[in-house]
Parts: sequence; C-alpha cells; structure tokens
Amino acid sequence: MSTAELVNHKPGRNYLLSAVAIVVSIVVFIIPFAFIVLTAVKDRQQAASLDFSWPHQLRIVQNFVEVVKARDYMLVIAFINSTILTVASVAGMVVLAAMAGFVLQRRRSRWNGFINFLVLSGLIIPPAVVPTIWVLQKFGLFKTMPGLILIEIAFGLSFCVLLFRAFVATIPRELDEAATIDGAGPLRLFFGVIFPLLRSVIVTVVVVQSVAVFNDFTNPLYFLPGDQNATVQLTLYNFQSQFSTQYNLLFMNILLITIPPLIMFLFFNRQIVAGMTSGAIKG
Amino acid sequence: MTLTSIRTRAETPAATRASAAKVYTPYSGWFYLPSAIIYGVLFIVPTFASLYFSLTRWSLFESKFIGLENFKLFFSEPQLVKGFTNTLIFAVVTSGSKVVLGLLLAVLLTSQIVARGYLRSVVFFPVLVSTIGVGITFTVLMNPDHGLINGGLSALGIDGPGWLTDPKYALLSVAAVDIWKGVGLATLIYIAGIVSIPREYLEAARVDGASSWETFRRIVLPLSRPATVTVIILSLIGGLRSFELIWAMTRGGPGFTSDVIASVIYKQYQAGFYGLSTAGNVVLFIAVTAIVLPLSYFLNRKEVDL
Repeated sequence: MSTAELVNHKPGRNYLLSAVAIVVSIVVFIIPFAFIVLTAVKDRQQAASLDFSWPHQLRIVQNFVEVVKARDYMLVIAFINSTILTVASVAGMVVLAAMAGFVLQRRRSRWNGFINFLVLSGLIIPPAVVPTIWVLQKFGLFKTMPGLILIEIAFGLSFCVLLFRAFVATIPRELDEAATIDGAGPLRLFFGVIFPLLRSVIVTVVVVQSVAVFNDFTNPLYFLPGDQNATVQLTLYNFQSQFSTQYNLLFMNILLITIPPLIMFLFFNRQIVAGMTSGAIKG
Repeated sequence: MTLTSIRTRAETPAATRASAAKVYTPYSGWFYLPSAIIYGVLFIVPTFASLYFSLTRWSLFESKFIGLENFKLFFSEPQLVKGFTNTLIFAVVTSGSKVVLGLLLAVLLTSQIVARGYLRSVVFFPVLVSTIGVGITFTVLMNPDHGLINGGLSALGIDGPGWLTDPKYALLSVAAVDIWKGVGLATLIYIAGIVSIPREYLEAARVDGASSWETFRRIVLPLSRPATVTVIILSLIGGLRSFELIWAMTRGGPGFTSDVIASVIYKQYQAGFYGLSTAGNVVLFIAVTAIVLPLSYFLNRKEVDL
C-alpha cells in the first residue's frame, strides 16, 4: 500500500531486515514492559533482586490487594480524583475549543491574526508556574480540584483549537447558511448542526487529551499538592519513597495506572494515529 | 467564494434595510468568551505577571522590587548555569535523535516488512505511557549493579557504566530514555509525511533506474521536509521544557549535574524562593522563544523556496 515500499523494492532483503527489526523491537521495547509485568507479580524478596526471571510464585492478587490498600486506599482515591480531573477538563476543552475554533475559522475580522497569535503562544510559551499559583490563590482555587481542572483546560486549549479550526474548514459553509435561513440562531447552529459533524475530531481530541491529562504529573504536583488530593501519577511518586525496597508493589502500581491508556490504545489506535498526525502537521 | 455568496444574498432588496443597520452573522463573537476568560486569567495574566515578579523578592503575599538581582544570581550560581546549559544539551540531543531515528524508523515501517503493524504499535505505545512510570522503570533497569541493562552488557563482556550515578552520563541517560519514549511520535509524523508523497515520483525514479539510496536522498528526504520541521519544533519545545522524566530518574543529580531549568524552577519553588523560581521561568520563556521562533521562521521560509 505505502509509497515507500517502492524504495525497498528488492524483495529478498526484507526478510532479513524484518527479522532484525523484530529482534531489536523485542529487546528495546518488549523486554522493559515484560520486566514491569514480571516484577509486579513477584514476591517481595525476588522482586528486590531486579532480575529478569520467571516468578517463583505468582502473587497477582496479593500484590494487587496490597497496592490498593496501601496508605488507606490512596490509589482508589487517586483513581477517583484522576477520573474526575480527566473527564471534566477534557469535556471543557472539547466544548470551549470547538466553539472558539468554529468562530475563528468562519468569521473574518481584524482580530483573527491576533487570536491566532495567542493560540500559537499557548503551544510555545512555558506556563509561569508560581504566578499561576498566585492567581489561583486570589480566586481561592489553589489546592482545589476545580482550580486544577481550569488549569488543564487553559493549557490544553491551544492544541484543541488548532485541531477544531482545521476540521471546521472542511465543513461546507452552505450548511450554515441553510440552517440560518431555517431560523437557527448561533447556539442552535453550533450545537445542533456543526457540533455533531465534528465527531471524528472530537474523538481524536478526547483520546489525545485524556491520555495527556491522565498522565500529567507536573500540574497536579504544583497546583494540587497533598495526599488527600493525589492523582494517580502522584501516587507513584509517593510510593517510590515509601516502597523503595518493595519493587513488586511499585511495579504493580505502575502496571495499574498504565491500564487506562492501554485501553485507549487498544480501542482507538487508528484514531490516535490519524488525529495526532493531522494535529501535529498543522500545528 | 462562500463569503461573496453571503454578501450577494444580503444585498437583495428585502435584506438591505436590515443589513444597513447591522450585518447579521451567525458566528457570534461571544463564542470566544469562555475560552478567552480561562486562557486569559490562567495563562496570559500569569505570563505577564511573571515578567514583574521575576524582578522581585517574593513571598506570594508581598513582593519587594530588587531589579535584575534574581537574574544575576541565576547566572552566577554554577549549579543554576549548569541547569541552563543542560537544558540546551538535553533539547538538542533529544530533538536531533528523534529526527534521525524517527525518519529511519518511518522509512522502515512504510516498507514491505513482515509484522509492520506490530512494529508500528510497539514503537508508538510508549508515547501513551506515564512518563513517571517510564522514568521509574528505567531507573531500575539502569541500576549499575543489579540493573538489567548492565546485566545484559556484562553477558556480552562489556562493563557498563553507572548510567544515572556517574555525573558524566546521567543527563545523557535520561535523554536516551526520553528518546525511547518519544521516538514513536516522531516516527508517526514521518510516516504521515512519507505516505503523502505521490506514488508517481517514486515510480518515475524506479523507471529511471535510481537506487534505493538515491530515491531516499532525492525524493523521500526533501519531500518529508514539512514532517522534519514539525518534529524538530515539537521535540525542541518538549525538550526545553522537560521536567517529569528528569525528576523521576535523577532529581537533577548526582549533585546538580543533570538539573535542567524546569527542575531548577521546581527546586527554587520548593525552597520558597518564588522570585528566583519565576526568574527561572522567564529564562526558560526567553530561551524557548529565542530558539523556536527564529528556527521555525527559517525552516518554514526555506520550505517555500523548494
């Protein structure tokens, strides 16, 4: 199918190349993941030797229960926190960025250049951390979940607006005109007609951003400190010191928090690839 | 085209009176409003505030203007300067490697190769995994005495170094893990670029008897230039801001030999030096802008010339 197959058009060579590629991929990518899984199901002593061996006894359930129970069910609380954070901030990003991207693409005004500049700034400029904490404190939002949700939305908007703007360009304007003639106001036009048509790009944004927010470590570290508020990435960070010798539990924890992105990957593999490329190239 | 059609409709006699008062548009400006408020308050305001607070001694409640003292301090402390140079090294090394490896992998993964789908998945999956999880895993694998990497090397008769404990290697070891984790995205972007090259060019090259190397050199490489620009810009921005992986693997150590600006910012923040921490942010901001803007201007201009 691909064009570059023509580049390597000597058929004999590919089997050797394939074999080398598969062996290298196993050493470089599969072994580290296998190591995580194996260590996660070992007993404490065997895990401490950090070697790549088959577990003497499979402790899948025991290790799982221990990790979940550790520090008063901190991981459970963290999973709840991370879920709330991810769902709320991704929902916010999708709706707000779709509205902004729609108007930015459709409406011609002298502000467009400036707005585009702001959107690009959001991709390039590193957020100023302590002044952001200062602003959050003024609003009483520091160390609160709504504060962190708004932060994730603010930092994620740029990327989403770019994706939506690019996609809206592919929707014919005649549709807007027809809806307007039929008496739809701006809100009905957007939420009734345009928004449903954005489905494929919405799926992309949801997948990419929920993985990003779920895996985010830095923002919760700065803007939502405290054990009660831990998100899943922070449990890892706390566990690292507490279980510095209990590698089996540490790796069980890594394994557990990798499951949501893994599910995303299995279901949306194709969609992630398509969305990330279109977004990245246009960005 | 579509713009004019709206205008002609508006100029039909019935609509003229209405449009004279105010041109109706279904694209309401207030659609920007929620985004603008959140983005303005939590991103734009702090960015401008950082310019002021970087010039102060600051306790979050009161600030005392001290001019450029924070910046003087930043560039006179050897450990903070080290953070600055490390940031540049880290960004250049990771970005350069992602360009080269990403292109090679993309050429490989778009060729007729067995298990292509498996290879694409396996290269891309680390992009989705938690950076902290990856960092902890590789800290264990890179352990000088028990780690799997040195274990494997010694089986081959090589004495592996203390990847994260030797000041000479710590930063580059973290950079290697960053490349391991991020090369999938670069590969993906290159795959998209290569797949969009028109088949006719490659067929014409084959008819003309070009070798694989010539085809790669004369067609694939120049035509995947937009992908290269994207990979360079994205990975430079990411590399300059990089924090999580370094924090998970070395905490800037041993000593401060693998500190980057982002970890310096966090350390100064933890220590309560908010003004200094914010000055670090401004230094990062200036570094990112000074590198990325001219580079993207230069790369994009060259692209038009092609």
